[in-house]
Amino acid sequence: MQKYSIFNLVKNAFSNHQNWDLAWKDPEPKEEYDVVIIGGGGHGLATAYYLAKEHNITKVAIIEKGWIGGGNVGRNTTIIRSNYMHDENGLFSEFGMDLWRKMSQDLNYNVMFSPRGIINLAHSDAQMNAYARRGNSMRLNGIDAVLLNREQVKEIIPMADFSENVRFPIFGGLMQPSAGTARHDAVAWGYARQADDMGVDIIQNCEVIGFDVSAGKINGIRTSRGNIKAKKVGLCVAGSTNILAEKLNMTLPIETHLLQACVSEPVKPVLDSVVTFGAGHFYISQSDKGEMVMGGDLDGYNSYAQRGNLPTLQHVLTEGIAMMPFLSKLKMLRTWGGIMDMSMDGSPIIDKTHIDGLYLNCGWCYGGFKATPASGWTFAHTIAQDRVHELNAGYSLNRFNTGHLIDEKGLGTKTWIS
Amino acid sequence: MLYIKCPHCGMRPQIEFSYGGDASVKRPELNKEISDQEWDDFVYNRKSLRGKHLELWQHISGCRQWIKVERDTATHEIFKTFKADEEVA
Repeated sequence: MQKYSIFNLVKNAFSNHQNWDLAWKDPEPKEEYDVVIIGGGGHGLATAYYLAKEHNITKVAIIEKGWIGGGNVGRNTTIIRSNYMHDENGLFSEFGMDLWRKMSQDLNYNVMFSPRGIINLAHSDAQMNAYARRGNSMRLNGIDAVLLNREQVKEIIPMADFSENVRFPIFGGLMQPSAGTARHDAVAWGYARQADDMGVDIIQNCEVIGFDVSAGKINGIRTSRGNIKAKKVGLCVAGSTNILAEKLNMTLPIETHLLQACVSEPVKPVLDSVVTFGAGHFYISQSDKGEMVMGGDLDGYNSYAQRGNLPTLQHVLTEGIAMMPFLSKLKMLRTWGGIMDMSMDGSPIIDKTHIDGLYLNCGWCYGGFKATPASGWTFAHTIAQDRVHELNAGYSLNRFNTGHLIDEKGLGTKTWIS
Repeated sequence: MLYIKCPHCGMRPQIEFSYGGDASVKRPELNKEISDQEWDDFVYNRKSLRGKHLELWQHISGCRQWIKVERDTATHEIFKTFKADEEVA
Protein backbone atom coordinates (compact mmCIF):
# COMPACT_ATOMS: atom_id res chain seq x y z
CA MET A 1 0.00 0.00 0.00
CA GLN A 2 1.21 3.49 -0.81
CA LYS A 3 1.87 5.49 2.32
CA TYR A 4 0.08 8.82 2.51
CA SER A 5 2.88 11.36 2.90
CA ILE A 6 4.01 14.72 1.55
CA PHE A 7 6.55 12.93 -0.70
CA ASN A 8 3.95 10.66 -2.24
CA LEU A 9 1.63 13.60 -2.63
CA VAL A 10 4.29 15.49 -4.61
CA LYS A 11 5.22 12.38 -6.59
CA ASN A 12 1.62 11.72 -7.57
CA ALA A 13 1.09 15.33 -8.50
CA PHE A 14 3.31 14.68 -11.55
CA SER A 15 0.79 12.13 -12.82
CA ASN A 16 -2.21 14.29 -11.98
CA HIS A 17 -3.08 11.98 -9.06
CA GLN A 18 -4.25 9.31 -11.49
CA ASN A 19 -2.02 6.54 -10.13
CA TRP A 20 -2.94 6.32 -6.46
CA ASP A 21 -3.76 2.82 -5.24
CA LEU A 22 -7.39 2.18 -4.38
CA ALA A 23 -7.93 2.80 -0.65
CA TRP A 24 -9.62 -0.60 -0.36
CA LYS A 25 -10.57 -3.37 -2.75
CA ASP A 26 -14.01 -4.67 -3.70
CA PRO A 27 -13.59 -8.45 -3.33
CA GLU A 28 -16.09 -11.23 -3.94
CA PRO A 29 -17.01 -13.03 -0.69
CA LYS A 30 -14.92 -16.15 -0.09
CA GLU A 31 -16.45 -19.43 0.97
CA GLU A 32 -15.08 -19.33 4.49
CA TYR A 33 -13.56 -16.94 7.03
CA ASP A 34 -12.17 -17.23 10.54
CA VAL A 35 -14.19 -14.20 11.61
CA VAL A 36 -17.09 -12.44 9.92
CA ILE A 37 -17.97 -8.97 11.21
CA ILE A 38 -21.48 -7.86 10.30
CA GLY A 39 -21.70 -4.10 9.87
CA GLY A 40 -19.20 -1.91 8.01
CA GLY A 41 -19.52 1.11 10.24
CA GLY A 42 -16.88 2.62 12.48
CA HIS A 43 -17.08 -0.11 15.10
CA GLY A 44 -17.07 -2.98 12.61
CA LEU A 45 -14.15 -1.57 10.63
CA ALA A 46 -12.21 -0.85 13.82
CA THR A 47 -12.88 -4.39 15.07
CA ALA A 48 -11.51 -5.90 11.86
CA TYR A 49 -8.47 -3.62 12.03
CA TYR A 50 -7.63 -4.60 15.61
CA LEU A 51 -8.29 -8.30 14.90
CA ALA A 52 -5.60 -8.11 12.24
CA LYS A 53 -3.22 -5.78 14.06
CA GLU A 54 -3.44 -6.97 17.67
CA HIS A 55 -4.38 -10.62 17.22
CA ASN A 56 -2.95 -11.49 13.83
CA ILE A 57 -6.30 -12.77 12.59
CA THR A 58 -6.56 -11.69 8.97
CA LYS A 59 -8.97 -14.20 7.44
CA VAL A 60 -11.70 -11.72 8.23
CA ALA A 61 -14.66 -10.35 6.27
CA ILE A 62 -16.73 -7.26 6.94
CA ILE A 63 -20.25 -7.71 5.61
CA GLU A 64 -22.05 -4.45 4.94
CA LYS A 65 -25.59 -4.13 3.61
CA GLY A 66 -25.02 -0.69 2.08
CA TRP A 67 -21.66 1.07 1.80
CA ILE A 68 -19.06 1.39 4.54
CA GLY A 69 -19.42 4.43 6.74
CA GLY A 70 -22.96 5.16 5.52
CA GLY A 71 -24.66 4.68 8.87
CA ASN A 72 -24.06 6.36 12.18
CA VAL A 73 -20.32 6.89 11.69
CA GLY A 74 -21.29 9.25 8.86
CA ARG A 75 -24.22 10.80 10.75
CA ASN A 76 -22.91 11.81 14.15
CA THR A 77 -21.76 15.15 15.56
CA THR A 78 -18.11 13.95 15.81
CA ILE A 79 -17.72 14.55 19.55
CA ILE A 80 -15.03 12.64 21.43
CA ARG A 81 -14.97 12.63 25.23
CA SER A 82 -14.56 10.48 28.31
CA ASN A 83 -16.34 12.64 30.90
CA TYR A 84 -18.13 9.78 32.65
CA MET A 85 -18.65 9.26 36.35
CA HIS A 86 -18.97 5.48 36.50
CA ASP A 87 -15.74 3.47 36.45
CA GLU A 88 -16.79 1.17 33.62
CA ASN A 89 -17.58 4.07 31.28
CA GLY A 90 -14.72 6.30 32.40
CA LEU A 91 -11.93 3.74 32.10
CA PHE A 92 -13.25 2.38 28.79
CA SER A 93 -13.60 5.84 27.26
CA GLU A 94 -10.25 7.08 28.56
CA PHE A 95 -8.57 4.04 27.00
CA GLY A 96 -10.29 5.18 23.81
CA MET A 97 -8.93 8.73 24.22
CA ASP A 98 -5.40 7.32 24.04
CA LEU A 99 -6.26 5.53 20.81
CA TRP A 100 -7.77 8.74 19.42
CA ARG A 101 -4.59 10.71 20.16
CA LYS A 102 -2.49 8.21 18.23
CA MET A 103 -5.03 7.43 15.51
CA SER A 104 -3.82 9.62 12.63
CA GLN A 105 -0.27 8.23 12.92
CA ASP A 106 -1.49 4.70 13.60
CA LEU A 107 -3.75 4.63 10.54
CA ASN A 108 -1.57 6.86 8.32
CA TYR A 109 -4.76 8.78 7.71
CA ASN A 110 -5.51 12.29 8.96
CA VAL A 111 -8.62 11.92 11.12
CA MET A 112 -8.27 15.60 12.13
CA PHE A 113 -8.53 14.85 15.85
CA SER A 114 -8.97 18.21 17.52
CA PRO A 115 -8.81 18.13 21.35
CA ARG A 116 -10.62 21.42 21.78
CA GLY A 117 -12.32 20.57 25.08
CA ILE A 118 -15.94 20.00 26.06
CA ILE A 119 -17.88 22.12 28.53
CA ASN A 120 -21.07 20.86 30.19
CA LEU A 121 -22.89 23.98 31.41
CA ALA A 122 -24.48 24.08 34.86
CA HIS A 123 -27.54 26.20 35.58
CA SER A 124 -28.01 25.81 39.34
CA ASP A 125 -26.00 25.30 42.54
CA ALA A 126 -27.23 21.71 42.70
CA GLN A 127 -25.95 21.06 39.20
CA MET A 128 -22.57 22.58 40.09
CA ASN A 129 -22.37 20.17 43.04
CA ALA A 130 -23.25 17.23 40.80
CA TYR A 131 -20.58 18.30 38.31
CA ALA A 132 -18.00 18.66 41.09
CA ARG A 133 -18.77 15.09 42.09
CA ARG A 134 -18.53 13.84 38.50
CA GLY A 135 -15.31 15.80 37.95
CA ASN A 136 -13.78 14.24 41.07
CA SER A 137 -14.81 10.76 39.93
CA MET A 138 -13.23 11.43 36.55
CA ARG A 139 -9.95 12.61 38.10
CA LEU A 140 -9.80 9.51 40.28
CA ASN A 141 -9.88 7.52 37.05
CA GLY A 142 -7.10 9.62 35.53
CA ILE A 143 -9.37 11.70 33.29
CA ASP A 144 -8.84 15.45 33.15
CA ALA A 145 -11.68 17.54 34.54
CA VAL A 146 -11.87 21.21 35.49
CA LEU A 147 -14.77 22.82 37.30
CA LEU A 148 -15.30 26.30 35.85
CA ASN A 149 -17.13 29.15 37.53
CA ARG A 150 -19.34 31.59 35.66
CA GLU A 151 -16.51 34.02 34.88
CA GLN A 152 -14.25 31.26 33.58
CA VAL A 153 -17.00 29.95 31.31
CA LYS A 154 -17.60 33.49 30.05
CA GLU A 155 -13.98 33.77 28.99
CA ILE A 156 -14.20 30.62 26.89
CA ILE A 157 -17.68 31.11 25.39
CA PRO A 158 -18.45 34.83 25.56
CA MET A 159 -21.22 34.42 22.98
CA ALA A 160 -23.42 32.46 25.40
CA ASP A 161 -26.23 34.27 27.18
CA PHE A 162 -24.81 35.57 30.49
CA SER A 163 -27.62 38.02 31.22
CA GLU A 164 -29.16 37.86 34.71
CA ASN A 165 -32.82 37.45 33.90
CA VAL A 166 -32.77 34.30 31.79
CA ARG A 167 -34.70 31.16 32.68
CA PHE A 168 -31.53 29.05 32.96
CA PRO A 169 -28.64 31.32 33.99
CA ILE A 170 -25.13 29.91 33.58
CA PHE A 171 -23.63 29.13 37.00
CA GLY A 172 -20.50 27.48 35.62
CA GLY A 173 -19.56 24.23 33.97
CA LEU A 174 -17.51 21.08 33.97
CA MET A 175 -14.79 20.99 31.32
CA GLN A 176 -12.79 18.08 29.98
CA PRO A 177 -9.97 19.92 28.17
CA SER A 178 -8.69 16.81 26.36
CA ALA A 179 -12.07 16.06 24.74
CA GLY A 180 -12.75 17.24 21.22
CA THR A 181 -13.85 16.31 17.72
CA ALA A 182 -12.55 14.34 14.73
CA ARG A 183 -13.40 13.98 11.07
CA HIS A 184 -15.91 11.13 11.26
CA ASP A 185 -15.69 9.83 7.68
CA ALA A 186 -11.90 9.74 7.88
CA VAL A 187 -12.15 7.42 10.87
CA ALA A 188 -14.19 4.90 8.88
CA TRP A 189 -12.01 5.25 5.78
CA GLY A 190 -8.76 5.10 7.73
CA TYR A 191 -9.73 1.87 9.49
CA ALA A 192 -11.07 0.41 6.22
CA ARG A 193 -7.88 1.20 4.32
CA GLN A 194 -5.58 -0.37 6.92
CA ALA A 195 -7.80 -3.39 7.51
CA ASP A 196 -7.96 -4.02 3.75
CA ASP A 197 -4.19 -3.73 3.54
CA MET A 198 -3.77 -6.41 6.20
CA GLY A 199 -5.99 -8.82 4.27
CA VAL A 200 -9.49 -8.12 5.53
CA ASP A 201 -12.21 -8.45 2.87
CA ILE A 202 -14.59 -5.49 2.89
CA ILE A 203 -17.77 -6.75 1.23
CA GLN A 204 -20.33 -4.05 0.52
CA ASN A 205 -23.87 -4.28 -0.85
CA CYS A 206 -24.25 -7.61 0.90
CA GLU A 207 -27.24 -8.08 3.20
CA VAL A 208 -27.32 -10.71 5.94
CA ILE A 209 -30.48 -12.79 5.50
CA GLY A 210 -29.92 -15.42 8.17
CA PHE A 211 -27.57 -17.37 10.38
CA ASP A 212 -26.45 -20.96 10.29
CA VAL A 213 -26.58 -22.14 13.89
CA SER A 214 -26.51 -25.77 14.96
CA ALA A 215 -26.08 -27.38 18.39
CA GLY A 216 -25.65 -23.98 20.00
CA LYS A 217 -22.75 -23.05 17.73
CA ILE A 218 -22.51 -20.59 14.86
CA ASN A 219 -21.30 -22.07 11.57
CA GLY A 220 -21.82 -19.20 9.19
CA ILE A 221 -24.19 -16.66 7.73
CA ARG A 222 -26.56 -16.51 4.78
CA THR A 223 -26.32 -13.36 2.71
CA SER A 224 -27.79 -11.84 -0.43
CA ARG A 225 -24.51 -12.83 -2.11
CA GLY A 226 -24.47 -16.43 -0.95
CA ASN A 227 -23.63 -18.44 2.13
CA ILE A 228 -20.43 -17.73 4.01
CA LYS A 229 -18.94 -20.15 6.52
CA ALA A 230 -17.40 -18.62 9.62
CA LYS A 231 -15.90 -19.90 12.84
CA LYS A 232 -16.85 -16.69 14.62
CA VAL A 233 -19.36 -13.95 13.85
CA GLY A 234 -19.47 -10.47 15.42
CA LEU A 235 -22.53 -8.22 15.27
CA CYS A 236 -21.77 -4.49 14.98
CA VAL A 237 -24.95 -3.11 13.46
CA ALA A 238 -26.12 -0.38 15.88
CA GLY A 239 -29.76 0.47 15.13
CA SER A 240 -30.29 -2.72 13.14
CA THR A 241 -29.31 -4.98 16.06
CA ASN A 242 -32.89 -6.02 16.83
CA ILE A 243 -33.55 -6.97 13.20
CA LEU A 244 -30.64 -9.43 13.22
CA ALA A 245 -31.40 -10.57 16.78
CA GLU A 246 -34.87 -11.61 15.63
CA LYS A 247 -33.28 -13.93 13.07
CA LEU A 248 -31.32 -15.49 15.95
CA ASN A 249 -34.43 -15.79 18.15
CA MET A 250 -32.88 -13.39 20.62
CA THR A 251 -34.72 -10.56 22.35
CA LEU A 252 -32.33 -7.89 23.58
CA PRO A 253 -32.51 -5.00 26.06
CA ILE A 254 -32.30 -2.62 23.09
CA GLU A 255 -34.78 -0.32 21.39
CA THR A 256 -34.11 1.47 18.13
CA HIS A 257 -34.74 5.20 18.19
CA LEU A 258 -34.03 8.11 15.91
CA LEU A 259 -31.55 10.85 16.77
CA GLN A 260 -31.29 13.99 14.68
CA ALA A 261 -28.47 16.41 14.08
CA CYS A 262 -28.14 19.53 11.97
CA VAL A 263 -25.65 22.11 10.77
CA SER A 264 -26.07 25.81 10.14
CA GLU A 265 -24.65 27.75 7.25
CA PRO A 266 -20.89 28.28 7.67
CA VAL A 267 -19.85 31.34 9.64
CA LYS A 268 -16.52 32.77 10.79
CA PRO A 269 -14.85 31.11 13.81
CA VAL A 270 -16.95 31.81 16.89
CA LEU A 271 -16.78 28.67 19.05
CA ASP A 272 -13.55 26.76 19.75
CA SER A 273 -14.87 24.09 22.11
CA VAL A 274 -17.78 21.69 22.37
CA VAL A 275 -20.57 23.02 24.61
CA THR A 276 -23.61 21.26 26.06
CA PHE A 277 -26.68 22.92 27.57
CA GLY A 278 -27.28 21.71 31.12
CA ALA A 279 -31.00 22.33 31.41
CA GLY A 280 -32.06 20.17 28.51
CA HIS A 281 -30.36 18.17 25.82
CA PHE A 282 -28.46 20.27 23.31
CA TYR A 283 -24.85 20.21 22.20
CA ILE A 284 -22.92 22.35 19.77
CA SER A 285 -19.51 22.71 18.18
CA GLN A 286 -18.15 24.45 15.11
CA SER A 287 -16.77 22.43 12.24
CA ASP A 288 -13.60 23.31 10.39
CA LYS A 289 -15.79 24.55 7.54
CA GLY A 290 -17.46 26.99 9.94
CA GLU A 291 -20.83 25.27 10.22
CA MET A 292 -22.37 25.12 13.69
CA VAL A 293 -22.92 21.39 14.34
CA MET A 294 -25.86 20.76 16.66
CA GLY A 295 -27.87 17.91 18.12
CA GLY A 296 -29.96 16.91 21.10
CA ASP A 297 -32.95 14.76 21.88
CA LEU A 298 -34.24 11.56 20.35
CA ASP A 299 -37.41 11.90 18.32
CA GLY A 300 -39.06 10.10 21.21
CA TYR A 301 -40.66 6.99 19.74
CA ASN A 302 -39.32 3.78 18.19
CA SER A 303 -38.07 4.52 14.70
CA TYR A 304 -36.08 2.94 11.90
CA ALA A 305 -36.73 5.85 9.58
CA GLN A 306 -33.21 7.43 9.38
CA ARG A 307 -34.95 10.77 8.97
CA GLY A 308 -36.29 13.11 11.60
CA ASN A 309 -39.43 14.88 12.63
CA LEU A 310 -39.63 18.67 13.01
CA PRO A 311 -41.14 19.07 16.52
CA THR A 312 -38.03 17.53 18.11
CA LEU A 313 -35.67 19.64 16.03
CA GLN A 314 -37.59 22.77 16.97
CA HIS A 315 -37.46 21.81 20.65
CA VAL A 316 -33.72 21.15 20.52
CA LEU A 317 -32.94 24.38 18.71
CA THR A 318 -35.07 26.35 21.17
CA GLU A 319 -32.65 25.18 23.86
CA GLY A 320 -29.74 26.17 21.64
CA ILE A 321 -31.09 29.68 21.17
CA ALA A 322 -31.70 29.99 24.91
CA MET A 323 -28.03 29.17 25.45
CA MET A 324 -26.54 31.11 22.52
CA PRO A 325 -29.04 33.67 21.20
CA PHE A 326 -26.97 34.48 18.09
CA LEU A 327 -27.95 31.08 16.66
CA SER A 328 -31.40 32.48 15.84
CA LYS A 329 -29.80 34.59 13.09
CA LEU A 330 -28.28 31.60 11.31
CA LYS A 331 -29.87 29.66 8.49
CA MET A 332 -30.14 25.90 8.70
CA LEU A 333 -28.02 24.20 6.07
CA ARG A 334 -28.75 20.52 6.61
CA THR A 335 -30.56 18.17 8.97
CA TRP A 336 -30.35 14.40 9.12
CA GLY A 337 -31.09 11.44 11.36
CA GLY A 338 -29.56 8.14 12.36
CA ILE A 339 -31.03 5.15 14.15
CA MET A 340 -29.61 4.49 17.60
CA ASP A 341 -29.40 1.21 19.48
CA MET A 342 -30.72 2.54 22.80
CA SER A 343 -29.91 0.15 25.63
CA MET A 344 -32.04 -0.06 28.74
CA ASP A 345 -29.45 1.51 31.05
CA GLY A 346 -27.83 3.88 28.57
CA SER A 347 -24.57 1.89 28.43
CA PRO A 348 -23.32 -0.42 25.68
CA ILE A 349 -23.02 -4.20 25.42
CA ILE A 350 -19.79 -5.85 24.22
CA ASP A 351 -20.03 -9.50 25.08
CA LYS A 352 -20.26 -13.14 24.09
CA THR A 353 -23.72 -14.61 23.64
CA HIS A 354 -25.36 -17.92 24.51
CA ILE A 355 -24.48 -19.06 20.97
CA ASP A 356 -20.92 -20.34 20.76
CA GLY A 357 -18.90 -18.16 18.37
CA LEU A 358 -21.44 -15.34 18.19
CA TYR A 359 -20.41 -12.00 19.69
CA LEU A 360 -22.47 -8.89 20.30
CA ASN A 361 -21.51 -5.22 20.14
CA CYS A 362 -24.47 -2.84 20.54
CA GLY A 363 -26.32 -0.42 22.78
CA TRP A 364 -24.25 2.67 22.01
CA CYS A 365 -27.11 5.11 22.52
CA TYR A 366 -25.95 8.73 22.03
CA GLY A 367 -22.24 7.94 22.28
CA GLY A 368 -21.18 5.51 19.58
CA PHE A 369 -18.76 7.64 17.60
CA LYS A 370 -16.34 8.53 20.38
CA ALA A 371 -16.24 4.86 21.39
CA THR A 372 -15.17 3.68 17.91
CA PRO A 373 -11.51 2.78 18.67
CA ALA A 374 -12.08 1.40 22.18
CA SER A 375 -15.12 -0.55 21.00
CA GLY A 376 -13.20 -2.06 18.08
CA TRP A 377 -10.20 -2.83 20.29
CA THR A 378 -12.16 -4.57 23.06
CA PHE A 379 -14.53 -6.33 20.65
CA ALA A 380 -11.56 -7.68 18.70
CA HIS A 381 -10.09 -8.94 21.98
CA THR A 382 -13.39 -10.54 23.00
CA ILE A 383 -13.70 -12.32 19.64
CA ALA A 384 -10.05 -13.38 19.32
CA GLN A 385 -9.65 -14.65 22.90
CA ASP A 386 -13.25 -15.80 23.32
CA ARG A 387 -13.38 -13.87 26.61
CA VAL A 388 -14.07 -10.28 27.54
CA HIS A 389 -11.26 -7.85 28.35
CA GLU A 390 -11.39 -6.16 31.74
CA LEU A 391 -12.24 -2.89 29.95
CA ASN A 392 -15.51 -4.29 28.61
CA ALA A 393 -16.24 -6.75 31.43
CA GLY A 394 -18.86 -4.34 32.79
CA TYR A 395 -20.58 -4.12 29.40
CA SER A 396 -22.02 -7.61 29.76
CA LEU A 397 -25.32 -8.73 28.32
CA ASN A 398 -26.42 -10.44 31.53
CA ARG A 399 -26.04 -7.33 33.70
CA PHE A 400 -29.73 -6.71 33.08
CA ASN A 401 -30.36 -10.07 34.71
CA THR A 402 -27.94 -9.69 37.61
CA GLY A 403 -28.76 -6.06 38.34
CA HIS A 404 -25.28 -4.66 37.66
CA LEU A 405 -26.63 -1.83 35.53
CA ILE A 406 -24.47 1.13 34.49
CA ASP A 407 -27.08 3.85 34.53
CA GLU A 408 -24.84 6.88 33.98
CA LYS A 409 -27.73 9.26 33.41
CA GLY A 410 -30.16 7.70 35.86
CA LEU A 411 -32.91 7.41 33.27
CA GLY A 412 -33.88 3.79 33.81
CA THR A 413 -35.49 1.78 31.08
CA LYS A 414 -37.43 4.57 29.37
CA THR A 415 -34.91 5.06 26.62
CA TRP A 416 -37.00 7.65 24.82
CA ILE A 417 -36.88 10.03 27.81
CA SER A 418 -34.01 12.45 27.42
CA MET B 1 -45.36 16.06 12.59
CA LEU B 2 -47.35 12.91 13.22
CA TYR B 3 -51.12 13.16 13.54
CA ILE B 4 -52.63 10.68 15.96
CA LYS B 5 -56.35 9.95 16.14
CA CYS B 6 -57.15 9.85 19.85
CA PRO B 7 -60.11 7.46 20.26
CA HIS B 8 -61.60 9.94 22.74
CA CYS B 9 -60.81 13.32 21.14
CA GLY B 10 -60.22 12.74 17.43
CA MET B 11 -57.27 13.68 15.24
CA ARG B 12 -54.63 15.67 17.14
CA PRO B 13 -50.99 16.64 16.47
CA GLN B 14 -48.23 14.52 17.95
CA ILE B 15 -47.00 17.30 20.26
CA GLU B 16 -50.15 16.81 22.38
CA PHE B 17 -49.03 13.25 23.15
CA SER B 18 -46.24 11.63 25.07
CA TYR B 19 -44.84 8.21 24.24
CA GLY B 20 -45.15 5.17 26.49
CA GLY B 21 -43.34 2.42 24.63
CA ASP B 22 -44.15 -1.09 23.44
CA ALA B 23 -47.76 -1.97 24.31
CA SER B 24 -47.29 -5.69 23.78
CA VAL B 25 -45.18 -6.03 26.94
CA LYS B 26 -47.18 -7.75 29.66
CA ARG B 27 -46.47 -7.53 33.38
CA PRO B 28 -46.11 -11.05 34.83
CA GLU B 29 -49.04 -12.33 36.89
CA LEU B 30 -48.17 -11.84 40.54
CA ASN B 31 -50.15 -14.80 41.88
CA LYS B 32 -47.65 -17.36 40.66
CA GLU B 33 -43.94 -18.09 40.82
CA ILE B 34 -42.13 -15.74 38.43
CA SER B 35 -38.72 -16.53 36.97
CA ASP B 36 -35.95 -13.94 36.57
CA GLN B 37 -36.26 -14.43 32.83
CA GLU B 38 -39.93 -13.39 32.90
CA TRP B 39 -39.05 -10.22 34.81
CA ASP B 40 -36.21 -9.51 32.36
CA ASP B 41 -38.58 -9.82 29.45
CA PHE B 42 -41.02 -7.45 31.10
CA VAL B 43 -38.55 -4.84 32.32
CA TYR B 44 -35.72 -4.86 29.77
CA ASN B 45 -36.09 -7.03 26.70
CA ARG B 46 -37.82 -5.51 23.68
CA LYS B 47 -38.50 -6.76 20.19
CA SER B 48 -38.26 -3.22 18.78
CA LEU B 49 -39.94 -4.29 15.56
CA ARG B 50 -39.21 -2.71 12.23
CA GLY B 51 -42.63 -2.26 10.66
CA LYS B 52 -45.97 -2.63 12.42
CA HIS B 53 -45.53 -1.78 16.12
CA LEU B 54 -48.21 -1.59 18.82
CA GLU B 55 -47.34 1.12 21.30
CA LEU B 56 -48.70 3.18 24.16
CA TRP B 57 -49.17 6.93 23.96
CA GLN B 58 -50.73 9.29 26.49
CA HIS B 59 -52.83 12.24 25.33
CA ILE B 60 -51.02 14.35 27.90
CA SER B 61 -52.17 17.77 26.61
CA GLY B 62 -55.68 16.58 25.85
CA CYS B 63 -57.90 14.08 27.64
CA ARG B 64 -54.86 12.59 29.47
CA GLN B 65 -56.00 9.06 28.60
CA TRP B 66 -53.54 6.33 27.68
CA ILE B 67 -54.20 4.89 24.24
CA LYS B 68 -52.74 2.20 22.00
CA VAL B 69 -51.42 3.10 18.56
CA GLU B 70 -50.51 0.75 15.76
CA ARG B 71 -47.74 2.49 13.82
CA ASP B 72 -45.11 1.55 11.26
CA THR B 73 -41.68 2.26 12.76
CA ALA B 74 -40.07 2.66 9.33
CA THR B 75 -42.67 4.77 7.48
CA HIS B 76 -44.47 6.29 10.55
CA GLU B 77 -47.81 5.39 8.98
CA ILE B 78 -50.46 5.05 11.69
CA PHE B 79 -52.84 2.19 10.91
CA LYS B 80 -55.22 2.26 13.82
CA THR B 81 -55.65 3.58 17.36
CA PHE B 82 -57.37 1.89 20.29
CA LYS B 83 -58.55 2.75 23.78
CA ALA B 84 -56.17 1.44 26.42
CA ASP B 85 -58.45 -1.41 27.49
CA GLU B 86 -59.59 -2.28 23.99
CA GLU B 87 -58.59 -5.68 22.63
CA VAL B 88 -56.34 -5.43 19.59
CA ALA B 89 -57.32 -7.90 16.89
